[in-house]
Amino acid sequence: MNQQEALFRFALRMGDNSVVLGHRTSEWCGHGPVLEEDIALANIALDLIGQARNYLTYAGEVEAKFRASAPLRTEDDLAYLRGEREYLNVHLVELPKGDYAHTIVRSFLFDAFHLPLQQALTTSKDDRLKGIAEKAVKEVAYHLRHSSEWLVRFGDGTQESHQRAQNALEDLWRYTGELFAADEAEELLAKAGIAPKLADVKQEWSATVDRVLKEATLKRPADGWMASGGKKGIHTEHLGPMLAEMQTLQRSYPGVEW
Amino acid sequence: MPESQQAAQFQAKVDAEQKIEPRDWMPAEYRQNLVRQISQHAHSEIVGMLPEGNWIGRAPSLRRKAILLAKVQDEAGHGLYLYSAAETLGVGRDEMVSQLLSGKAKYSSIFNYPTLTWADIGAIGWLVDGAAIMNQVMLCRTSYGPYARAMVRICKEESFHQRQGYDILVTLSKGTPEQKAMAQDALNRWWWPSLMMFGPSDKDSPHSAQSMKWKIKRQSNDELRQTFIDRTVPQAEFIGLQVPDPKLKWNETIQHYDWGEIDWEEFNQVIRGNGPCNAERMAARRKAHADGAWVREAALAHAGKKAKRSAA
Amino acid sequence: MSTTNEKDWPLWEIFIQSKRGLDHKHVGSLHAADARMAIENARDVYTRRGEGNSIWAVQAADIHASKPEDQGAFFDPADDKVYRHPTFYPMPEGVKYM
Repeated sequence: MNQQEALFRFALRMGDNSVVLGHRTSEWCGHGPVLEEDIALANIALDLIGQARNYLTYAGEVEAKFRASAPLRTEDDLAYLRGEREYLNVHLVELPKGDYAHTIVRSFLFDAFHLPLQQALTTSKDDRLKGIAEKAVKEVAYHLRHSSEWLVRFGDGTQESHQRAQNALEDLWRYTGELFAADEAEELLAKAGIAPKLADVKQEWSATVDRVLKEATLKRPADGWMASGGKKGIHTEHLGPMLAEMQTLQRSYPGVEW
Repeated sequence: MPESQQAAQFQAKVDAEQKIEPRDWMPAEYRQNLVRQISQHAHSEIVGMLPEGNWIGRAPSLRRKAILLAKVQDEAGHGLYLYSAAETLGVGRDEMVSQLLSGKAKYSSIFNYPTLTWADIGAIGWLVDGAAIMNQVMLCRTSYGPYARAMVRICKEESFHQRQGYDILVTLSKGTPEQKAMAQDALNRWWWPSLMMFGPSDKDSPHSAQSMKWKIKRQSNDELRQTFIDRTVPQAEFIGLQVPDPKLKWNETIQHYDWGEIDWEEFNQVIRGNGPCNAERMAARRKAHADGAWVREAALAHAGKKAKRSAA
Repeated sequence: MSTTNEKDWPLWEIFIQSKRGLDHKHVGSLHAADARMAIENARDVYTRRGEGNSIWAVQAADIHASKPEDQGAFFDPADDKVYRHPTFYPMPEGVKYM
């Protein structure tokens, strides 16, 4: 794998994580637990979709450079015309939204990873990644603030909310290992100073998790078996139906403008 | 001060185009009328999120997805502004929401129609928001201050809604024959329900005359409906779509369009709960409210614990 | 699970400063369980189009207001004190910077 291909895969993954989580988050629109929160979640989903557009556009441009024979793929070609085996996001973001505790815990576990990752990317040697991160880092800081505060409210709220939050943590913990399991592309980019070492990101993630769980009076689950495969395009059964929904018009009416 | 004198002073203020503010004396019926109208308006925004929300997951490009999500989110915001305006009249949001969920309070019937294709998202923006804006622009000058202020904010934000809807249909009408047919089909289904949004004809409108006197409403249902038709028909023609009304014809003498007859039986049926999606809409709202109960309680419980700790 | 006569979160009045140097202006209200949430909700509800630079949230119950019936006694006496306004004083031709 050369550096351009690694960069392509990395930009795709960043875009895929954001578009999939953005889609899942947008599923709450109109169904949130309280009006103010409905609005807050839509803002978060909009940030994520915006990030996905930046990353996928860039991925398409990088691809055109190293695969000279292939036509340039746009953000929508990449989002709407790849099948689930070609999506490179982690499992964590594709799981169904579940109850509000699952939604918040999932966001929290991802945001706590996403923030140090974006912070590190603001010093990337790749100017485009750096530029995208400079905007994204502010958005993600707010996402983490939002999910952390809700997690504390749940943990230190009622008995029911505490239990729901703890259950969600137990359910979702097994999907956190994949966040930090670097693949070939991520290792190559880390060596080149383009993306951070995931081991460093994990340290920060772990510290955030400990700090917030403590305030929330929730227990950190033990590290057991960890799911993986998303980064290689081997997904849970949940991504396929989500993409089928998302891609329906583009697939049913190929090649038209919307 | 005797009530008759207060009432006279109140009406004088309204006639002089002064705004009524929350702590001013106002006739009980004025208050009731406003609570009914504002909360109904708020409920419409919230229920109105559902038919469009139906397509957020299926929007055909990332750009359209973001636009639609932002738009539906705006509706939530507008519902919130309106609930807040109604709250200044002494009724809590919890009370208004429970009236909606129990079926006691009404919301705009238009949202009981289904969104079947992507073109419906265009038609809603263009026609439904277009019709709503007619009402909302008028309401920016309504006599009750908090309601007028909420409407000013809403109108500012709404201006992109109608355009994004029309933009969807412009794109479809320039597309393949299938896309064009999709756009025409959407217009066929949404045209008449959009005209119904202005409410019953003036001669049959139970609340209209009093609302006009209090300057809550400032133009009659029929006037607004006619203006909407006059503005919208050329927009349809511009993108090559046919308004589904065989009697529609420009009348040179009165400088307005002549048009057909609204099916008031359908209107009344949908209001009575017999529209295509009434049951689904209410079920969705009830589920969201019930599923969110533990979340709302948790936040209150946590706030209580925190306050106690900082007081200790 | 859900309580039958559940109460709303407290109501907060929101004031936004749109640009540094300007006053905070009342923009509307919202519900929040605590002050922190009120400020964040205000960010999401009232600054979606980049209107915000700073937010104040005040619990609605903490606002004390003058009464409409005091309007005359409170505010009319100020109406005839025209000497408080700079335009009351004619300036001789040619005087600048005043």
